[in-house]
Amino acid sequence: MAFMPDASRPTPDSLQKLVLPEPLRLDCGQVLEHVEIAYETWGQLNSEKSNAVLVCHALTGDQFCASENPVTGRPAWWPRMVGPGLPVDTDKYFVIASNVLGGCMGTTGPASLHADGKPWGTRFPVITIADMVRAQRGLIAALGIDSLFCVIGGSMGGMQVLEWAVQAPEQVFAGVPIATAARHSAQNIAFYEIGRQAIMSDPEWKDGAYLAHGTRPDRGLAIARMAAHVTYVSESALKRKFDRGLQDRERTSFSFDADFQIESYLRYQGRSFTDRFDANSYLYVTRAMDYYDLAAAHGGRLSDPFVGTPVRFCLFSFSSDWHYTPAEAMAVTRALVAAGADVSHIEIETDKGHDAFLLEEPGFESALAGFLTASAKRRGL
Amino acid sequence: MSARADHLAIASRVPEGARVLDVGCGDGALLALLRDERGVDARGLELDSAEAGLALSRGLSVVQGDADTDLNIFPDDGFDVAILSKTIQETRSPAHVLAELRRIAPRILISFRNYGYWPRRFSLLTTGRMPSRRGWYHEETLHPCTCADMLDLARETGLNVAAAAQVSSGRVASFRASGFGALNWFADEVIAEFIRA
Repeated sequence: MAFMPDASRPTPDSLQKLVLPEPLRLDCGQVLEHVEIAYETWGQLNSEKSNAVLVCHALTGDQFCASENPVTGRPAWWPRMVGPGLPVDTDKYFVIASNVLGGCMGTTGPASLHADGKPWGTRFPVITIADMVRAQRGLIAALGIDSLFCVIGGSMGGMQVLEWAVQAPEQVFAGVPIATAARHSAQNIAFYEIGRQAIMSDPEWKDGAYLAHGTRPDRGLAIARMAAHVTYVSESALKRKFDRGLQDRERTSFSFDADFQIESYLRYQGRSFTDRFDANSYLYVTRAMDYYDLAAAHGGRLSDPFVGTPVRFCLFSFSSDWHYTPAEAMAVTRALVAAGADVSHIEIETDKGHDAFLLEEPGFESALAGFLTASAKRRGL
Repeated sequence: MSARADHLAIASRVPEGARVLDVGCGDGALLALLRDERGVDARGLELDSAEAGLALSRGLSVVQGDADTDLNIFPDDGFDVAILSKTIQETRSPAHVLAELRRIAPRILISFRNYGYWPRRFSLLTTGRMPSRRGWYHEETLHPCTCADMLDLARETGLNVAAAAQVSSGRVASFRASGFGALNWFADEVIAEFIRA
């Protein structure tokens, strides 16, 4: 994988990974052979193998939820949530996080090599959230774990939690979907389509074969990140942080420079993203999110796939999240209640928008800790 | 922690192992009591997310939501018993809430403050001021009503009162199936049990 520019750092290929023993049958009908899953673990698996927690990452996340990513040098992405003494307590639980199928941090994806020795590029099959979960189930089985104490994740990670509960309800004791929805809205598809078009219209994209050409569609990928990033923050948070503040200048320049702080901030977000993410992975993973519609995949009624589920659910949503709104979480809650599931849902009051689940939010952290502690007690942990 | 007398009184009316929804469950004290003492399947709805978070840490299942707008997530006959403990007078639409509860459960337990209690009547008569502990403008009660008012609303909603008990000075008298006219004079608070007519 050649998209990581800093030669002094290890490449994603050097990370801890495991080859799934079985081929992976995908929703699109294709079968992927020799699937590699890159993963990290923290804590100790107990002798009953009953304390495993799977953390599922969001679109641009990776398996490094609780320690620094050696490839990018970026700190753990969930440092307030996963670690010793934290709500997902690594002194108590065996925590597993893997890079999703189609990702670019060591798991098989479009930047991986095809059997012909060249990168897959856009020859890689279009994958779904359900395919990602199938791959994770392969990993968990390969690690010798029959059932997970908890599957937890935010945003796209929350979709995986729901999908886990549907695919393998007997293997999930507690499910914590955070800031997520059971389907992508037209608005979400629209924003991700802007991103994909930005990538595909970058001349350096080369019809997806940029790795073979030695080019990088960084400009397109940066614009994609800028468009998406806006949906992760709320208007009131933007106003609080930037408002109409000017960047290193007293007055507007009557040019198209980054006059405003928000412009400078977004440009930085876009630029820094290209150092750590593969453009084709961005296409595939956003597509998987667009295709996600749990009800449609099960005959149209969202409650049907959950009828009789033994999973204890606890959903969290954030009042200012307009990417996955509290109303979307309430729709999932309603379906789970109708299915007779054991479900809780807490809407956290915050102005931090979708990204609130990654930020300091004491009410969220204490409620989640309370749910996990009570669930652990019920499981005898 | 010793249980509140009104909670114990409500618990005494809940059958063992029932499916119970507590609307306005707060930190889940009553639900936890019902789960531990009566073995019920306990669920709560609570407006305040901090309170709901406390209920979560008791191991309860709680949905953060508003009784006025969110009861529609619960299916018809989804529960055996619905409880409204000191909540109904704080809702914007008590008639709607009561109708929703009737849809959700065949048996409903409601506790509320009785504005027909004679000291309140006497206070209004002699002072010309609304009975209120902290000033009428601080009251969370949006719909003050008497015991008689509540029984009227229940009848209009298609509910019969099965039994009621008065709560005065924190003590709960025994549940009785008649004598509701006297309650309207002598009960500070009332716990009433309704069943579908």
